[in-house]
Amino acid sequence: MSESERSAKLEVSGVSMSYVRDRRRRLVLDRLSLNVMAGEFVTLIGPSGSGKSTLFRLIGGVERPDEGSIRISGREIAGERGHISYMPQQASLFPWMSVAGNISSALTTAGVGAKEAAALASQWLERIGLGDVAKEYPHVLSGGMQQRVSFLRALLMPRDVMCLDEPFAALDALTRAEMQAWLLGLWEAERRSVLFVTHSIEEALTLSDRIYVLSRAPARVLREIRIPFPRPRRADVWKEPEFVRLKEEVLELLQKGAEADHAL
Amino acid sequence: MDNNIWPRRALLPVLTLVGFVLLWQACCALFKVDPWILPAPSSIARNMWEDAPRLSGQLWFTLRLALKGLGLGIAFGVAAALLFHLIPGVRAALSPLIIITQNIPLIALGPLLIVWFGFGILPKLILLVLVCFFPVAWSMLAGLGQAEPHLREYLSMIGATRWEVLRRLELPASLPSFFTGLKMTATYSVTAVIVAEWLGASDGIGHYLVLKSKGYDTAGVFSAIICIVALALAFYGLAALLEKLAIRWRPARRGAAQGGRGA
Repeated sequence: MSESERSAKLEVSGVSMSYVRDRRRRLVLDRLSLNVMAGEFVTLIGPSGSGKSTLFRLIGGVERPDEGSIRISGREIAGERGHISYMPQQASLFPWMSVAGNISSALTTAGVGAKEAAALASQWLERIGLGDVAKEYPHVLSGGMQQRVSFLRALLMPRDVMCLDEPFAALDALTRAEMQAWLLGLWEAERRSVLFVTHSIEEALTLSDRIYVLSRAPARVLREIRIPFPRPRRADVWKEPEFVRLKEEVLELLQKGAEADHAL
Repeated sequence: MDNNIWPRRALLPVLTLVGFVLLWQACCALFKVDPWILPAPSSIARNMWEDAPRLSGQLWFTLRLALKGLGLGIAFGVAAALLFHLIPGVRAALSPLIIITQNIPLIALGPLLIVWFGFGILPKLILLVLVCFFPVAWSMLAGLGQAEPHLREYLSMIGATRWEVLRRLELPASLPSFFTGLKMTATYSVTAVIVAEWLGASDGIGHYLVLKSKGYDTAGVFSAIICIVALALAFYGLAALLEKLAIRWRPARRGAAQGGRGA
């Protein structure tokens, strides 16, 4: 095993997946390969309906790929649940549990003892400035605050890979920028292995170490781009000329992908 | 806020009720209706006052029987809902039988149960359970299946066990439907217990009702009816109160935007 393979937290190799819809088999993922190294922030960007959510369901073990392998920390986990932590697009907090209870119950699912889970939840809620709503029901929180709780819930689960599925898509532009800066700060302090999905090129360039640009369905990797900006990253990195160049590159790739699709 | 609005909302129905009673009293006096056909509200009240010790004893007996049946019915209802929900196939296999039990008239079923199980408490309890378990089972079953899909998806993505999905998502999500069923069952149980006592009992409001109607003591019959209605209302109120205590996570009085959908 080479050095790079040893420190890969998530390795997806040659994964294909298809669904039968209207009696026709539709290929959603076409021999897709990607990886996330330890402590790396990797983003998938692609047009809507390019099968990113399908990929997440495969990594989560909710579904099994037609072919290919999915490894987490070197172990094959295709079709096995319970190896990732997850932050969905909607905050998905349980309305009948307190804010702290939402976090601690998720931790117990990941095998943390009940006492320790409760202590961690209250300690971290304090740390992100939500200590005084820890015992409230989630509906008292704004959309952005709910997403913070949802992110914290994913961050604290002791799992090797965090999967974030368009977590800021439902937020308004201002809240979204705020959340990106907040997440950047928290993630850079913790350095977890993250697989992130977004539609926003700026978001991908601001947050990631590496991005994979995906084609339309069936999804293939069009290009893998290493983001050169140093860490800790400033939230105004978008002012760099290199940022603009990369944005153009990604945009062009996505447009070309769309054109190729029309040409068919 | 709640305390200010409540009396105003209650004012209209209370006025209607008072008006109705006054009209009734006036008609009885005006047309000199025979008391064995329709007694005036005042004579019903007098009858209730004079017969209070006996009525309250009978009411207590009925109340205990209704509570026993209701408790058993709820237990069976919840158990059935969980069984149907957790084990696929059971629902399809058993629903015809259950629908049939719900379509046999109580008046027909009661005597049969007495033939099979005698005059003791057992046939009455069976009758009550058959009536009470159905609304609870059916509404709770619907609630268990209606849990928010994105919460279900979240739990499967983090690898929650079947038990965790049930406890953390499906059971709390089914509570509003469960209480809808409970409120129905609470009032049905009173009707059912009266039928059970009517068919064969030596005590209870249902038995009192039989005696009074056979003796053409219409004021006594109305006294029994008032007790029965009061009991049913009290049961409903208790169920509604329990619902309020159990479901506290819904945002107060604003549309169910974030939390559970309204029933």
